[in-house]
Amino acid sequence: MSAFLHTSLDVVEEKISAVGKSLGDQRELYLGLLYPTEDYKVYGYVTNSKVKFVIVVDSSNTSLRDNEIRSMFRKLHNSFTDVMCNPFHNPGDPIQSKAFDGIVSGMMVQTG
Amino acid sequence: MESLTLTDIEQKYYSDLFVYCDTDNTKKVASNGRVLDLFRAAQLPSEVVLQITELCGATRLGHFGRSQFYIALKLIAIAQSGLPLRVESLNSVKDLPLPRFVVGKNEAEARHAALYQDTDSQGLYPASATAVIPRPPGRGLQNKKGPPSSTALPVHEVIQPLAPSIEPQPEPTSPVVSPHQSPPTSPHSWRKHKRQHSGGNADRQPVVAATGAVWTQFREPQAGPVPGEGMWPSHSPPPPGQESWVSFTADTPPSSALPAMHPSSVQESTTIRTVASAATTNEIQRQSSGYDDPWKITDEQRQYYINQFKTIQPDLTGFIPGSAAKEFFTKSKLPILELSHIWELSDFDKDGALTLDEFCAAFHLVVARKNGYDLPEKLPESLMPKLIDLDDSAEVSESTADVGYSGSPVEVTPNKSPSMPSLNQAWPEMNQSNEQWETFSERSSSSQTLTQFDSNIAPADPDTAIVHPVPIRMTPSKIHMQEMELKRTGSDHNHPTSPLLAKPPELSEEAKLPTSMKFVAANTVGDGYSSSDSFTSDQEPITRQRSQSGTSPEALKVVAPPPPPPRPHPSHSRSSSLDMNRTFAATSAPGQPQPSTIAFPPAVPPRPLPTQTSVPLTGHRGEAEVAPGGGAVLTTTSPQQIPQQPNFADFSQFQAFAASEQPSSLPEVDIHSEPGQAEKSSEGAGPLRTVKSDGQADERSSATVNSAKGSSGPLAPPPKPVRRRLKSEDELRPEDEQHGPQKSNVIAAVLATQPSIPRSVGKDKKAIQASIRRNKETNTVLARLNSELQQQLKDLLEERISLEVQLEQLRPFSHL
Repeated sequence: MSAFLHTSLDVVEEKISAVGKSLGDQRELYLGLLYPTEDYKVYGYVTNSKVKFVIVVDSSNTSLRDNEIRSMFRKLHNSFTDVMCNPFHNPGDPIQSKAFDGIVSGMMVQTG
Repeated sequence: MESLTLTDIEQKYYSDLFVYCDTDNTKKVASNGRVLDLFRAAQLPSEVVLQITELCGATRLGHFGRSQFYIALKLIAIAQSGLPLRVESLNSVKDLPLPRFVVGKNEAEARHAALYQDTDSQGLYPASATAVIPRPPGRGLQNKKGPPSSTALPVHEVIQPLAPSIEPQPEPTSPVVSPHQSPPTSPHSWRKHKRQHSGGNADRQPVVAATGAVWTQFREPQAGPVPGEGMWPSHSPPPPGQESWVSFTADTPPSSALPAMHPSSVQESTTIRTVASAATTNEIQRQSSGYDDPWKITDEQRQYYINQFKTIQPDLTGFIPGSAAKEFFTKSKLPILELSHIWELSDFDKDGALTLDEFCAAFHLVVARKNGYDLPEKLPESLMPKLIDLDDSAEVSESTADVGYSGSPVEVTPNKSPSMPSLNQAWPEMNQSNEQWETFSERSSSSQTLTQFDSNIAPADPDTAIVHPVPIRMTPSKIHMQEMELKRTGSDHNHPTSPLLAKPPELSEEAKLPTSMKFVAANTVGDGYSSSDSFTSDQEPITRQRSQSGTSPEALKVVAPPPPPPRPHPSHSRSSSLDMNRTFAATSAPGQPQPSTIAFPPAVPPRPLPTQTSVPLTGHRGEAEVAPGGGAVLTTTSPQQIPQQPNFADFSQFQAFAASEQPSSLPEVDIHSEPGQAEKSSEGAGPLRTVKSDGQADERSSATVNSAKGSSGPLAPPPKPVRRRLKSEDELRPEDEQHGPQKSNVIAAVLATQPSIPRSVGKDKKAIQASIRRNKETNTVLARLNSELQQQLKDLLEERISLEVQLEQLRPFSHL
């Protein structure tokens, strides 16, 4: 599982470096990393500060629409910035923010 | 052992404790058993306790003497505050909260006490007026006091103390008088917590403060060892040196001084129980209202927070940046995770900075946490920053939320949260009873809307915005300008167009002259205006002065008060140089009749009358518009004076009309110029003279002179006036004779404009225009002056270079 995550990260990187202009565009929907066996989708999203979000979705459930994914990423991004605003949070540390976790869980629950 | 200095409260508290431990009544030695129990009650890790015993020397002695005991207590307080145990810190740590000892029920109280240390308790009081144990007033006072020490005032106490006593001291009698009352009461005792003095209870009065809810719980079970509260021990209130109150939960009478911090003064529970449940709830609410009931911030606490805020950010409406806040709260020794959580709760607008309210909330939460309260998941209402209107305390509610989080007084927290709302409601009244809490009461009501938390959120930000509104000021300058204008137009352009001020004194003298024609040339600055305006003769001189000063570039620079309308410039513009004069004249023309009275700053404008009269006359005529009736006259005279002092312009104008003094003015101008501004004046005078030669020119010249004078101000006296004249003349008829034709032209122009303006005395618009003109004139004059000076500078530099070269050349020879 984590292997997929890493591979997807590589792909994201590749995409970033490839795109000369709007790098890590918010709408960097990375759809399509489907492994033959694992049928799950990995979505990528890069912020302006090169922070990458990856969402792995099981394809078993009906695919989420592109918009939904984007909104998820947006929420993620917002929560992330809130976390970053916390002076006590050292960038790089695993995020321990309850609020953040709450939002993330909420999203996951929402999307099934 | 090093000597130990204790505050009074500490002293009292410690002695109580010692007595408590002195089971054998030896008055000298505390029984080890009791002592150890006590230390255990401090809820410190055992190794810390061991360390403390070692440090205090008991290990050496094998027993706890009074001094050792005291030292140990202090070390406990230090340890509870989270500071490293050092012998040297015994005396160095200031404001150390009293050590908290959680003993059974007193814990809760203690907690409260700790939390609420000050205000809270008080809050409690009001509520629990009824039942509350009639704790000895002392206790109660503690609570009320909210002073840090009064941490855990039991509800009962709360009731009582409300009134009166909130004495901080730990009632010796009351068992657990939470030391809250003790003064420094660690931050825990944020006032909010009403320390419940376990007054009633014989135990310490835990500072019920915030933990209103806790109280209830405690009360009932009574046993609830103040668990949560006890927790605080570890927290040392962020502010260094606060004393942690020792909240003894149960029985330790001496410990009655439960630091208010411990809201969970368990002891109170006993008494509390007795208290009508309502009371307790009230108290609890009060406490909670500290933060939010428990979360309410008492006044004392809030004051404390505000003071802390000030140390970081003196501007109470400003923000504390995240990094500073981080540093500050890190001092509280809370784990980063908790601090992070507190931040999330308190940074309401998520901007990475803390407003005063947010800061208070955060602080409150930290205190609560330190006192063992769990951090809430959500910002308690009373801590929400929305209540900006109410008091900053409103925001403190945030912290309450956090309380739930920390597990320490688990019981407390759960209670707090749920009961908070209710408590808050109850508390409000109590709070209100206390003056201190008035503000809080409001908040408590807000806390009542705990459920409507969300709705409160919205206002928070706007409120914050409201809180920090920057008062809008009417541009003073504008107003001032207008005033100046009015003044100018109306009476005297005295307002110092600053540059002219330099000369005002001189001018004023002359101004005094009846004719006042003297252009206040001296103050070129003012002159322009003054002359332009038909001020009374008196004014003229003054204004003249101003104008003169204004005219003279130098003067302008010097005086140049921002507001004063440029009027003065016109007149004094001249001061700096011929060119300047001219410009001034031009600019000041409108305002100042003074023609070229180059405002020599130093020159005394007053040369008076004759010239002035003549000048003004000329000036006026020439520039009728320059000065309103009288002004015109002045201008005529002023021109003459202008050379000397631009300030006279005004007056001269007036008189100028009357007199056909032009001819005389001319000479006068010269005269003026000389006295006025020495060289410049002469120059100015010259031109002036020439200008004046013409009959009409007279007027003009006067005008110019006036203007020049006015504008030139102190700086370029002679040239200015000359300019003025020229200007006026020019206006009247193209003149070449004027030397400073340029200047005078300028001046004349100025004058031309000026006179008109002054006429319309009282007409704001014109006044404004006049002032504008004057300003422009002044500007031009100054610009010219500037250029001239720069040229001079260049020349001088060249000279210097040449001299240096020569020197070099000579040197070799000398070396030889």
